[in-house]
This record gives sequence, C-alpha cells and structure tokens, in this order.
Amino acid sequence: MRFAYDTSYRESRRLLRFASDRAAYALLAVLLAAAPFVLPVFYVGELTYLFIFALASLGLMVLTGYTGQVSLGHAAFLAIGAYAEALLLNAGWPLPASLAAAAALSGAAGLAIGMPAIRVSGLYLAMVTLAFAILLEHAVGHWSSLTGGFTGMAVPEPRLAGVSLGTPTGFYFLCLALLAAVLLALVNLMRGHLGRAFVGVRDSEAAAWGLGIRVPLVKVQAFVLSAAITGLAGALLAHQTKYLTPDGFGMMLSMQLVLAVVIGGLGSLRGAILGAILIGLLPSFISHLKPFLPDRIAKQFGLEIFVFGAVLVGFVLFEPLGLNGRWQKLRAFFETFPLYRRDTFRRGKAYMRSERYK
Amino acid sequence: MSFLEVRDLALAFGGVRALDGVGFSVERGQVFAIIGPNGAGKTTVLNVVTRVFAPASGQVLLEGVDLVRMPRHAIAGAGVARTFQNIELFEGATVLDNLLLGRHRFDHGGLLSQMVQGRRARACEDASRERVEALIDFLDLAPHRNQRVAGLPYGVRKIVELGRALATEPRLLLLDEPASGLNPEETRDLAFWIDDIRHDLGVTVVMIEHDMSLVSEVADRVLAMNLGRALAEGTPAEVQSHPDVVAAYLGG
Amino acid sequence: MQVLQLAINGVSVGAIYALVALGLTLTYKATEVLNFAHGDVLMLAAFIGWGLIVGWHWPFWLALPATLALVGIAAYGLERGVMRRIAGQPQFAGVMLTIGLAFMIRGAVSMGFGPESRKFETPFSGHTTHLGPVVVADLNLAIIGAVLAVTAALFVFLTRTRLGVAIQAASQDQLAAYLSGIRVKRLNSLVWGLAGALAALAGMLLSPITLVDISLWFVLLKSLAALVLGGFGSAPGAIVGGLLIGLIESFAGVYAPGAIKDVVAYIVLIVVLVVWPRGLLGEAHGRRV
Repeated sequence: MRFAYDTSYRESRRLLRFASDRAAYALLAVLLAAAPFVLPVFYVGELTYLFIFALASLGLMVLTGYTGQVSLGHAAFLAIGAYAEALLLNAGWPLPASLAAAAALSGAAGLAIGMPAIRVSGLYLAMVTLAFAILLEHAVGHWSSLTGGFTGMAVPEPRLAGVSLGTPTGFYFLCLALLAAVLLALVNLMRGHLGRAFVGVRDSEAAAWGLGIRVPLVKVQAFVLSAAITGLAGALLAHQTKYLTPDGFGMMLSMQLVLAVVIGGLGSLRGAILGAILIGLLPSFISHLKPFLPDRIAKQFGLEIFVFGAVLVGFVLFEPLGLNGRWQKLRAFFETFPLYRRDTFRRGKAYMRSERYK
Repeated sequence: MSFLEVRDLALAFGGVRALDGVGFSVERGQVFAIIGPNGAGKTTVLNVVTRVFAPASGQVLLEGVDLVRMPRHAIAGAGVARTFQNIELFEGATVLDNLLLGRHRFDHGGLLSQMVQGRRARACEDASRERVEALIDFLDLAPHRNQRVAGLPYGVRKIVELGRALATEPRLLLLDEPASGLNPEETRDLAFWIDDIRHDLGVTVVMIEHDMSLVSEVADRVLAMNLGRALAEGTPAEVQSHPDVVAAYLGG
Repeated sequence: MQVLQLAINGVSVGAIYALVALGLTLTYKATEVLNFAHGDVLMLAAFIGWGLIVGWHWPFWLALPATLALVGIAAYGLERGVMRRIAGQPQFAGVMLTIGLAFMIRGAVSMGFGPESRKFETPFSGHTTHLGPVVVADLNLAIIGAVLAVTAALFVFLTRTRLGVAIQAASQDQLAAYLSGIRVKRLNSLVWGLAGALAALAGMLLSPITLVDISLWFVLLKSLAALVLGGFGSAPGAIVGGLLIGLIESFAGVYAPGAIKDVVAYIVLIVVLVVWPRGLLGEAHGRRV
C-alpha cells in the first residue's frame, strides 16, 4: 500500500509524485532509447508506426474523449497533414517549418469544419465528420494536379540541418520526440482550467454555460487542437509510408482511430496511448495468427475487420472504461492490497437518460 | 431600487404560455422562495434569469443591469450562479475538479500558457485551489475531494453542486429544488448552510422549493406561481394561507 | 424525355434509400440508437437471399419472405441479446456498439463468401415496361411499388393496430408507456426485428440492380443523408428525404460535372446539418435542464 500525504496544494498536481512512478518512467525512457539499437529494423518501423498512431489517437482523444465531440472522420486531418507535408517539402521548405505548417493547416481545416459543425452535436456531428472525410478522400483523388490523384505522390526524405532523418533510427527518434512533447503539453493542458473546461463541456453543457464557460468557443478550440495534433501525425505518417494515395486515408483509418480512443478509455491520455498500441498491433498480430487458421478464413481480409468489431463490441459491453479503466483497477488492486474491493469501481445505476426532448 | 427586479417576463413554447407577465423583486441579503405546483413555470424563471431561454418580453434587472441583454456565458461574470433540478454535475471529473470549474471565470491563460504550465499558470491554479479548499471545509466535502462525482451518493452530489455554484463567488444564488431527494437530516444541514450563505457570505438567494417547512424556516419572502403567472407574494405564512394558492394546490 | 427518365431512375433508387432510412428512424425513435449496422444487415440479407435462390435453388417468391423472416428474427435477437445491455447509456455507446456489430457482420460475410460479387435473378429481371415515352425496367417499378406498399402497410400498422399504437407510445415516452402497462422492452426488440426485415427487403430489392457484394452496406451512408434532409427522427421525413436524395443523385449524374454524383449525398448532408439542422419535417432538438 502507498499513501499520498499532501503538504502543499502543488504537491498533488506534480506529475511524477512517487519514486516508483519516476523509476517506472525512467525505465521506459531507457528502453525506448535503446530499442532502435537492439531491435531488428522491422520492429523499429513497427514501433515508429505505433508512435505516429498514438499521436493521432491523442488528437482524437482531445476532441472525443475530453470534449465529448464525436468525430468519425479524423482520417481527413491525417490526410491534410500528410499531403501538406509532402507538398511543402517538395516546395523546398525545411522540415521543422513543414511539420509546423502541416499541423497548422490541418488545424485551420479543423477550424473551417469545426465552426459550422459545433452548431450540431452528438450524432449529427458524427455524421458531419463522416461525410467530410468521405468528401475529402474524394477530393484528394480527383484533384490530381495537386495530389497526384489516385496514382499517388512520393514523399521527399525528411532532412534536418543537412542530416537525413530518413533512416529508421533517425525517424524513430523524431517521432518519439514529437509524441513525448505533445503528450507532455496535453498532460499540462488537462490539469489546467482549459482542460477542465473541455471536460465541463463534455459532461454538462448547461452547467458549463452557467459557470461562464463559452461552450462554442471551447468546442472550436478542442476541434482545432485535435485537428492540428492529428495533422502533425499525418505529416509523420507521410514519411512512414513514403508514398501517398487517397485510399490510404479512408474510412477504415478513421474507424481505427475511434476504436483506439474507445478501447483505450475515453477521457484519458494514457488510454489513447494504450488503445493505439492495441489497435496498431492488432493487424500484425492477426497476420501472425493466419498460418494457424483454416485457409478459407485466413485468406480473407474479413478476419481483420471481424476481430476489430469483436474487440470493440467486447469493450463497449464489458469494459466501457477501456484499457485505462482496466489499468486503474489493476493498480488499485496492488496499491490497496489486501484491502481491494471490487465495488470501488462498480458502476452506479444507469438511468435512462434521454438526449432529446420528449 | 431592489437588488433583483424581475419585470413582466413572458415566454411561450409553441402555443404554451410558460411565463405570462411574471414579476417580483428581491432585496439584497434576502432568501426568496418560489413555490407552486409542477408546470407552474418556476424553473423557467431561473432559466430566463440565467439566459438559457430568451424571454419574449420583460426585464431581469440585477442592481439595475438587465441580464436579458447579456450573452449566456456572461451571467456567471455578472455574479449569478445556479444549481439544477436534476443535478448537472461534471460526472466524469472529481469533486475537486468540479469545484475548480466553478472558478473558471477567475482563471486566465490561453492554450499555450496552459500547455507549458509556467509560473503564472501555476500561481493562478494555486489561487483557485485555495478558494476551493475553503469551500470544501465549509461544506464538509473533504472526504470526497478526490472521488469521481459519478459514484457519489445523491445527497453529496447536491452539496457538490451547491459548492460549485458558490465557487463562482456569486452575488445572487439560484437554487432549483435544493432539498428534493434529501433525507430529513440532510435537509437540516441545508437549512443551516443557506443561513450561513446569506449571513456569512452575504449572498442573496432565490430558491425553488416544495418543502414548505424548509421554506418557512429560511425564506423571508415567498412567491407562489401557477400556470406561468404569479399568484401571490408575501411572507411564508401569508402566501401559504392565500386562497388562490390553496386553490392551485388543491386543483380548484 | 431525359428529365422524366432521370426522375424515374432517381425515384426508384431513392425508394431504396427511403426504405433504409425508415428502418433507421424506427429503431432510433424506439431505442435512441442510430444503427450503424443497418447497412450491413441489408448486405447480409442480400447474401442470404443469394444463398437461398442460387445455392439452394429456391424460387424468388419463397426466398424473399424467408430472408425477411430470418433477418428479422436475427435483428430481434440482436436487440434482446446485445443492444438492451447498453440501454440508458449515452448515445455514443450505441454508435460504437453498432459500428462494432457492423464490422463483425462485414467480416463474417467476407470470410464466409469471399470477396467476389454475385447476382441472382428475380421475376422482374430483364423486362421493361413502356410508360408513355419513357422506358422503365420492371425491377425499378417493382421497387417503387414495394416501397409504396410497405410504407402504406407500416402506416396502417402504426396507427390502426394496438401493437402499432403501443410502439408509437413507447417511442414518445418510455416511462409513461411502461406505466400504462406496455411491455416496452419487448416492443423495442420487436421494432428492431421489424427494422431488420425492412433492411432485408431493401437488400433483396437493391442487390438485383447492383450486385450482391460486401460494399452494399454503403447504402447506409446515403440513407443518413436522406434521414438528415428529411428531418432526423421523422418517419415521413425519411421517405421524402430518401426520394429526394435519389432524385438529386440521378440528376447530378447528368447535369453536374465529373464525379460529383458519387458524393452529392454527403454534400447535401453537411449543408443541411450546418444550415438547417431540422431538415424538412424534423422536430426541434435539444436537451432539457
């Protein structure tokens, strides 16, 4: 068991309060730093992909998990970031500027779609974002003078101050650094008043208004921030895939992001990372599984989508708090051992809470 | 001029007249109760005062300033806070965060400064925390400080909502059925708190309440409403014995 | 003449959208779940129909009711066994759950049948009728006729029978309906079963025109546009919206440049939601405090 004795208000806000936390994260940092020098190149690439996917999930988590605005079309912002990065590098921009601009452009697109979209909420927003992503995929495919259309376009190698970051190791550290920076920024944001306002808008708009929170403004801020982070992930994704085609940014990618945040646990940054790891690894896990399955089933792409669906259904029904909820239960079990009670996490009675006027 | 003057509010939903020329005035430091059967338009009055609805006509003057002309998010800044009939807490957040959200109008710093959490952002956070801790002491919420609201018992949730409203440092506090769902003991505590809020914090209270014993105990003046109209206004005893009020409650 | 021809084609495709949108509206009104698996149920029904007609050599007129019944029962079971468990949770849970179910159906069909497209014959296939100056495929006429008949039957069912009125009552206020002795839970399952049968009918009518293929579920997205245009939550709105989207697509194919036809429904969806969220026949929405 461990106890938290606060001796000042600040102490309870400190990020890594306990020696055990500091040790665990230091170990994680050492492992991640050593990984590219120990692991085979293939796994370095897989890890890099996970970092990028986690970054995109963080972007969606800000919007869906914290602010409660559902987006079923976040692949659109990945696409905007990716194409912006490729086009700007082709135009001779240096890497830091192009990454920043890709994020900014995607954020601007978030503003453009977010400003009208916040007028609607809930299911309506889900439909608007879904339709927006389909339209964007279509537009990218048909605007071939800019994007190379369905034949696609190559992405220039990332270079920083004359040094190539195109090597697996160099790119690995670029992605890791950006992921860590964004994660830290978001952790800070979420323990401040703006992060609380996000949660306020998610949990009760009426109460948020009453406390002087400008609900539409907060929603737009969340939308722009979310789109910018996802756009940054898109820019990195462009370098990871090295070749862009519109169908790389289809509905399935949007859905994978939604799956990651739901399965990770809405309203938790750790959840976004855990969910991204699970969803990011699932396809390669399935492909490793295929040799052991009957040929008839293993050959079809349907296996993957079936497993995605089953995992999602399982989490919605049996662990609505997601992987993060599971994590907290495990932690609580060990921290309060032997006094752990299952009831600590039992959900209260669910009321039939209608979201429409009767 | 009175502290709060509500004049001639009218509002209709479709063909239903929710409010039909309602007016009343509240002096500074008073506890003012609104009573009436269900559907009388009591909550609608609060919703108009807090700009959830815009009235078709009428004024809500708080020390001479018309709240009806303000945007909805500016009401808290004008010094008005409220609780809700069906508890509108931020269920996914802790009690502490719920109360801290009440401080939103005093918090400052944009997206970037919040992401960096520099010296100023932390100082602002500390200031808010200090005020909230005082409220936690006042309302005996310390045992629940770091618990998520979603798992708390009903009575505690009502108190948290009251605390959140107080965290905005209101001049005028609107309570929508604060005692509904509370057991007798909790209702007693509430009566003391309302007294403290009025005397120690100097906050004017307007509350909707069905529990007449609570109303008689804490309220200075009472307004009875029915079908969107004001029926009678006066001391609790006067209003309770007013023939129109008796008729409205008995369905006459 | 071309205008008339386009109108007829538009109406027959729109009738399918209307049918799908109607099913979505029924389940939404009853259980507040927007069923993202509806398109995949439709697709599954088309495959079942194909299996009965081509695989087991059943005649169309036997396969059609059998498919409707099978899929309807499956949808009933789905509500009873799965959807009921999230009653009372926020709408987002319903969206996620039905998306998950949609993926499972899609994956299962893909694993069971493989990626290739199939087709089956109906009694209407290959025949045409001259209506004055325009030539119409009998299949399209059958679709329009079937949708009209189903809509009329549904209207009579919902307004004239005890069960139908009970369903309507429960959709408006579950608690009040429950208190007046209506078995709300069972009704919800029934509505899901009914919507499943409607999806199956749409699948059996649509797949002879297109093909029996995994991508049939895409109709769902077009029907969402129909739903929004007609006014979310309104059954007459779903019908009107569906027909309009069909017409818009049909005319966009000729009069709008390039590839707009494929996405015009989504443009309509966004514009309507942003400019005019109530749609044609919808109700105001919001939440009480």
